[in-house]
Amino acid sequence: MVEFLIKDLNIWFGQIHAMKNVNMEIGSKQILSVIGPANSGKTTFLRMLNRLNELNDNFRMTGEVLFGGRDIVEMDPETVRKKIGMVFALPLPLPMSIFDNVAYGVKVSGVRNRKLQAAAVEKALKQAYLWDEVKDRLDTSAFKLSGGQQQRLCIARTLAVEPRVILFDEPCSGLDPISTAKVEEAMLVLKKDYTIILVTNNVKQAARVGDRTAFFLSSELVEMDGTDKIFTAPRDKRTDDYIRGKFG
Amino acid sequence: MNDSNVTECPASPALKLKKRSRDPVLTQRLAFAFLFVSTLLIIVPVGLIIVIIVQKGLPGITWQFLSDIPRQGMRSGGIFPAILGTIYLVSGAIVFALPIGLLSAVYLSEYARGNFLTRLIKLAIVNLAGVPSVVYGLFGLALFVTFFKFGASILSGALTLGIMILPIIITASLEALESVPHSFREASRSLGASRWQTIRYVVLPNAISGIITGTILGLGRAAGETAPILFTVAAFYLPQLPGSIFDQVMALPYHLYVISTQVPNVDEKIRYGTALVLLAMVLFMNLAAVVIRCRFRKKKKW
Amino acid sequence: MRKLKEFVIEKLILFCGLASIFFVVLIFLFLLKEGLAVFKTVTPPQFLFGKSWYPISEPPHLGILPLILGSLMVTLGAALISIPIGVACAVYIAEVAPLKIKEILKSGIELLAAIPSVVLGFIGMVTIVPWIKSIFHLPTGLTALSGAVMLAFMAMPTIVSIAEDALYSVPKTYKEGALALGATHWQAIHRVILPAASSGIMAAVMLGIGRVIGETMAVMMITGNAAVIPHSILQPVRTLTATIAAEMGEAVVGSEHYFALFAVGIVLFVISFIVNVGADLFLHKKEQ
Repeated sequence: MVEFLIKDLNIWFGQIHAMKNVNMEIGSKQILSVIGPANSGKTTFLRMLNRLNELNDNFRMTGEVLFGGRDIVEMDPETVRKKIGMVFALPLPLPMSIFDNVAYGVKVSGVRNRKLQAAAVEKALKQAYLWDEVKDRLDTSAFKLSGGQQQRLCIARTLAVEPRVILFDEPCSGLDPISTAKVEEAMLVLKKDYTIILVTNNVKQAARVGDRTAFFLSSELVEMDGTDKIFTAPRDKRTDDYIRGKFG
Repeated sequence: MNDSNVTECPASPALKLKKRSRDPVLTQRLAFAFLFVSTLLIIVPVGLIIVIIVQKGLPGITWQFLSDIPRQGMRSGGIFPAILGTIYLVSGAIVFALPIGLLSAVYLSEYARGNFLTRLIKLAIVNLAGVPSVVYGLFGLALFVTFFKFGASILSGALTLGIMILPIIITASLEALESVPHSFREASRSLGASRWQTIRYVVLPNAISGIITGTILGLGRAAGETAPILFTVAAFYLPQLPGSIFDQVMALPYHLYVISTQVPNVDEKIRYGTALVLLAMVLFMNLAAVVIRCRFRKKKKW
Repeated sequence: MRKLKEFVIEKLILFCGLASIFFVVLIFLFLLKEGLAVFKTVTPPQFLFGKSWYPISEPPHLGILPLILGSLMVTLGAALISIPIGVACAVYIAEVAPLKIKEILKSGIELLAAIPSVVLGFIGMVTIVPWIKSIFHLPTGLTALSGAVMLAFMAMPTIVSIAEDALYSVPKTYKEGALALGATHWQAIHRVILPAASSGIMAAVMLGIGRVIGETMAVMMITGNAAVIPHSILQPVRTLTATIAAEMGEAVVGSEHYFALFAVGIVLFVISFIVNVGADLFLHKKEQ
């Protein structure tokens, strides 16, 4: 099944041409790794999918992004963002308690009932493997958690809204290897129920978790294929150079 | 300053003199001494003013002085109507200015784009802050007293003061809103919250201390101003309490002006006492603002 | 339903966002509405440069030159005192003072800013005025000089805090560069930091002067209020602001006197507009 269908996507920020003629098809319930050097357009691509780019004043785009067959530009942006959750590079808890962080998305979508909220919070925290560590202190500030716990809290917060897709923007760039392993483990379990798009600077991570891999360079999609194919026999020489660490 | 220092030691040989006059360390010492003296010239009088007013005003402060109406043409009795009048005016001003000022700051921080309109609004705020207070008085007289026919009343005075403190509230609130990290807004929006929900649940709760601080500073300013209320509300001598917002009231700053320039032979104790009450009121509000700011700064979680 | 509520709130926010522009325009329009009528009686040059101000004589003399000169004299005096001292204090706080003392000095300056002008006027009446009287052996201490001293003091918080901001925002690398070349701290301050902060300091000075021109109560209480062309700084003068404050209470609504006072308000508004826009331009120059 196709989750995203992207046709002739171009993005500008002011004079900067940040995304050039991208065409892609992203299947559902699998992990797509997106790799590429800094400023190659990976993050812009990711933020396009849940319409976060338009929070910038000077954003412009052409082309189409179809999500489940519907053009996301014609959908209500809040609905798009609920269906397509996002986990940021640095753990970004909101300045409130652990419970309120996870319940936040549920609350803003109109669920006032505290019991329903609590159920959603528990379920999401369990999915993100955080429940056992925090169940006794849900009322403490989210900033009291360690970096890895905070990042899993952000995953739980995203899951609580019950999205179909989760976008990860370099989710492990600030984490130690053990925390990273926990996050990757969570992703592998989550892909049974969710479509996951993972932007990462870490080529090995892309190889470890990605079913498919896309390589961006200079605001263009160079190639996209099965992860094994990309890492063993890429079609483009630039892809080969990048994954072998010749530049980046 | 160098030269004078040099001529003071004529015994030194010429060569040494020349060298000495360019001695950067000595120059620095003299320059820093000048800077220090300048600073003292500002700070010492501030301390003196406070000391003088407290010392001479404190003996006049009695319960009767604070709770009684003025008597014998303000030469005895208390200042209660003036205190109450100032409280009414300040409350009225804040009720008017806080919602408008806060929403205006929300507009600038959350909605405005970096365009010409935004530039124009910021320029207008700067100008509003710079308009002389007596011109606010004229404006209040023309608009509220005459045009809207509110007469000289609490309503006219409070609205005039409210417009006057608007820029203070906007500027302080804007600063508070902008100090909330941008990433919080993004996280909230990425969870499907709308722009207003993000403001309501994430931005405002984290900016509240700055907003309260700005509001209290605005209150302090409104409590101390005289010129804007001269023609819009203040009564020269009105030894009774107001019945409605369409009545005139006495106000502390105007009362101090009156008893120190317009009425001869007012007891020194009453004049200094009035000055002390006004000063204490204003400084208390400023102190409260500072305390709140420090409290929240310590509690800040990011 | 939620969408509708948010739509209404967002419109309200936009509306309030425009409030500042609305009020500035409203103030100007109402000053014009009440003030322009004076030009039925006098021409603008007569009004601005007329040498006598006898608003209630018959016919009234409505020349505000004495008032302009009074404001000018007091303002110049205040500027001469407050600019060097204020900038020096800002440099001391920003560059020289130890951290702990810095905080104390800053709150002292904030304290000064918070004291109501009528209290400062009152203090001026019982301190500066008698001093000036006895130092210069004058018949009265209510003079332009007293006003200038008092106003210099009132301009200090504005000048010090804005100039200090400007000095503080000079990149630390400038100073480090100068020190690395062997300059003393003072040489770094006056060759590098002060020039780098100059536009911010200019803005501070302009806003300080703006504060002085607009100040009303303290001036009215200690400058003596004689609406004649001043010849010396030791004479009583009357400023534009004090004239409005002192006379509006007696002016009959709709009389020439009333219109003339509003016209004085227009003059003040225009001056403050120019000062503030000018200062804003300096501050923006700094940002670029």
